[in-house]
Amino acid sequence: MSDNLTRRHALALTLAAPLVLRLSPAGATPETMRLAIEEFTRGAPVEQAAEGAIELKIPLLVENGNSVPLSVRVTSPMTPEDHVEEVAIFNEVNPLPDTVRFRFTPRSGTARADTRIRLNGTQRVHAVARLSDGRHIETYVHVTVTAPACREV
Amino acid sequence: MAALLNVPETAAPGEIVEIKVLIQHPMETGFRTAQGGGLVPRNIIHTVSCHYMGEEVFSAELFPAVAANPYLAFTLVAEESGEVEVRWTDEAGEEFSQSAPITVG
Repeated sequence: MSDNLTRRHALALTLAAPLVLRLSPAGATPETMRLAIEEFTRGAPVEQAAEGAIELKIPLLVENGNSVPLSVRVTSPMTPEDHVEEVAIFNEVNPLPDTVRFRFTPRSGTARADTRIRLNGTQRVHAVARLSDGRHIETYVHVTVTAPACREV
Repeated sequence: MAALLNVPETAAPGEIVEIKVLIQHPMETGFRTAQGGGLVPRNIIHTVSCHYMGEEVFSAELFPAVAANPYLAFTLVAEESGEVEVRWTDEAGEEFSQSAPITVG
């Protein structure tokens, strides 16, 4: 009997262990992403970008979440008086909402950057741009991911 | 740590040129389960910066959501002949850099 219990406990532990590990990183949610965006803007309001002001390109259907091409471009003259200072990418499903941040200078010439990211599931990916006049503008794309990243052994 | 840095050999003064860099690095997220239990310790490249004519012209802050072997493409305004240097640092404290010349004129 006591033998049985021990076995049962042992079995339960083995089954539970991977579950605990999977749950331990809290994981981003639309709410924690919003908090991360507020931290980025230092509480300043974020306007929805006008049509074409931010071009955020990510495939709409992704088969492999481990390497997803991302390209972002913000329309700007990139002069010392009027330029894009920083563009931050946020997600709402990965373990952390922060994804990548690009810092530009007038000598960048354009506010454009490409990279490859990991996406842990179907979600919206947001781009928030900080402009040199202190305004923040935002856009997002919805990405469907069939094979998520991050938790593979 | 190996990296491929792509800088155009020549450019006209004032031309906007594209710089591409591909850095070999696992970008270990710290969320991956190791074989035998536990998590693989996190080690990512956290900063990549590009320097040209004695100034930082572009930089990026990377998080674990950047894919392994980070790839970055960005632009700069070609003004003078010189070196375009890309520097990066990972969380193990390792600093690296690679540069390539550009001829402007």
